[in-house]
Amino acid sequence: MDTLQEVTTTPAAPKETKQVTGSVALLEGLIAEGTETIFGYPGGAIMPIYDAIYDYKEKLNHILVRHEQGATHAAQGFARTSGKVGVVFATSGPGATNLVTGLADAQIDSTPLVCITGQVFAHLLGTDAFQETDVINITTPVTKWNYQVTDANEIPAALAKAFYIARSGRPGPVLIDITKNAQMQLFDYEGYTPCTHIRSYRPKPIIRNEYIEQAAALINSAKKPFILFGQGVSLGNAEAEFQAFVEKSGIPAAWTILGAGAIPTDHPLNVGMLGMHGNYGPNVQTNECDVLIAIGMRFDDRVTGRLDKYAKQAKVVHLDIDPAEIDKNVKADVPVWGDCKETLPLLTKLVTEKTHPEWLAEFKAFEKIEKEDLIEPELNPQSGELTMGEVIHQLNILTKGEAVIVSDVGQHQMVACRYGKLNASRLTVTSGGLGTMGFGLPAAIGAKFGAPNRTVVAVIGDGGFQMTLQELGTIMQFGVDVKILILNNQFLGMVRQWQQLFNEKRYSFVDITSPDFVKLAESYYIAGKKVTERADLVGSLEQMLQHPGSFLLEVMVSKEHNVFPMVPQGCSVGEIRLK
Amino acid sequence: MSNSQDIDSANAKQEFTITVYTENQIGILNRIAIIFSRRKINIESLNVSPSEIEHIHRFNILITETEEVVRKLARQIEKQVEVLKVYFNTNEDIIWQELALYKVPTDTIQEKVLVERLLRENGARAVVIRKDYTVFETTGHRTETDKLIEVLQPYGLIEFVRSARVAIIKDSTGFNSKLREFERLDPGHDVIENEFLDKEKNVFTM
Repeated sequence: MDTLQEVTTTPAAPKETKQVTGSVALLEGLIAEGTETIFGYPGGAIMPIYDAIYDYKEKLNHILVRHEQGATHAAQGFARTSGKVGVVFATSGPGATNLVTGLADAQIDSTPLVCITGQVFAHLLGTDAFQETDVINITTPVTKWNYQVTDANEIPAALAKAFYIARSGRPGPVLIDITKNAQMQLFDYEGYTPCTHIRSYRPKPIIRNEYIEQAAALINSAKKPFILFGQGVSLGNAEAEFQAFVEKSGIPAAWTILGAGAIPTDHPLNVGMLGMHGNYGPNVQTNECDVLIAIGMRFDDRVTGRLDKYAKQAKVVHLDIDPAEIDKNVKADVPVWGDCKETLPLLTKLVTEKTHPEWLAEFKAFEKIEKEDLIEPELNPQSGELTMGEVIHQLNILTKGEAVIVSDVGQHQMVACRYGKLNASRLTVTSGGLGTMGFGLPAAIGAKFGAPNRTVVAVIGDGGFQMTLQELGTIMQFGVDVKILILNNQFLGMVRQWQQLFNEKRYSFVDITSPDFVKLAESYYIAGKKVTERADLVGSLEQMLQHPGSFLLEVMVSKEHNVFPMVPQGCSVGEIRLK
Repeated sequence: MSNSQDIDSANAKQEFTITVYTENQIGILNRIAIIFSRRKINIESLNVSPSEIEHIHRFNILITETEEVVRKLARQIEKQVEVLKVYFNTNEDIIWQELALYKVPTDTIQEKVLVERLLRENGARAVVIRKDYTVFETTGHRTETDKLIEVLQPYGLIEFVRSARVAIIKDSTGFNSKLREFERLDPGHDVIENEFLDKEKNVFTM
């Protein structure tokens, strides 16, 4: 965002025309947009761009991944930790189709990406040419916008539009497919002009004061108000505005997994995680509050459970930048359309300074029950097999809430989200909406490039790790300092948990055998260690964190341990089970 | 209307005509169609044509759904980058027409039918009269165009085609004023005008 604002306030320089290829114009445009790191994989149809980048090695850091899916997840990790747009290069056909999972993931989690794919020559389009696929139509449902370029003259404008769309409003992935002739074509390049306006595109709805006033009146009259916050807060860079609102209104606030860290985990008004494996109190209290204030969150079904029994007693105030989110799942009594960086201060001004000690005490009472019955034995077991919770707990102690925690998908993800301590925003990266196994390792690579001064720990299960473990090659080649923590329960744990609870322990194809992960890491020249005993855990975590460079730590955890609390499928949030 | 009646009408399926104004851009039809198909909603009729404003196209999409679903669909459509505005209306809110063409054998129709009377009664006119066949045309609501099929069927109707619905919203000041309002409320920045995008017709060629 900063880059765009900086550029738009600079007066346009007098235009000088020079003849360049479409590829050079593309790279110049990327540099003008502030791009430093590109994740990609070359191929025949994108060779002119790769030929051009050979001369831009000083300005553009290209990371050669091992699979195009890895490039998209790495770009997502980069975008999530840096707040900038992630950039991906891939070739036509299979290269482009390999981006689809990452695009879908970025689309549902509102992550800004600009993906550039090579395409066959324009005169071959539609002829089933070698490595030709209809990338535009394949990616339409999973992009915020896409466009096919067939003439080099289009490149500067299309790229400018792509960056503007990706990062503005509700962010998302965009794709530009460039035919090979356009990459090679010489044309009169007049320089790069960032895009700041598209007639048909309204990134932010106009803020309507009457709704701010209605929302404030509702909040001021509430006896049991409750805030639910999501990633919209950090996407809008509105952490300070959000904290000011929470503290002035004195309202307990709970987070979705993508909203984690918008206020520190230990903030006195942060009452925990929402949803299927969230905390006891916030789930139960959703069905007890009188005013529910949803901020930058979209009422995913993993958060709401059964919709017809969700917060029926409450008046709902919904703040969102995307008008299509209002009333989509939960009917809002007061919709506050707009960027929460702008709407929150307006609301804070009108809300009464208050505390809600009795209401907050109810959350604390649930927290006490959950702590005694569940968290304490999970985080501090005295005997038996290692638990995922105690590994994350010890990691928290050692990293002091300062590390970036990237998680894959499954039981370990829920544990990492539940118990991960975060002192700041943008310290958690996970696949929330799409639930993409294989996300963790490549996303951690990107996260490190996005936050080079932070420790990055990838928490991954034995199943998800085997989906994209080829990216160990990327870590090796580029010396990426990622700490890989594999929580190995020798099962596809989350599916096994469901089979245990709902399918009478019919463990159908969830028993997964793994290679020797430490030896595998060794073959990629990455240091590693395996832990099976509790006594070795802390020392090994310390060794991992202190190791200069990447390190793989495999921790053998309890095979049939379940993640609780849990809102079973088809139940209301009030029916959350502690065991 | 009482509150419960309101709820009933919102939950009852009925015909809705969705009017969409978009930039004239390749691929936008697909983006819009996907919004329906991913929810397994059938489009009953679709018309796309240039509007009264240069470079802006107008879609008329007819579906049978509940108001709640249509409202959500409209928001999803309006969210697309190249969509300027979406309206949705019930049949009471619009004036709508469909065009139909009917091809019949000329000899039969001349021998057996009082053609003038047939045309008058059905508001139709002859578009082409050839030795071998005659093409009639009529416009109207579905019931009216259907009625002429019934009339002509016994005389060996060879071919029939009907256009998509086109609709004008009764309570509307037109999109010209809306577009001016858009540009007043959300003008482009002074410094940067994207010159390539402004020349889209010349540059964005496929």
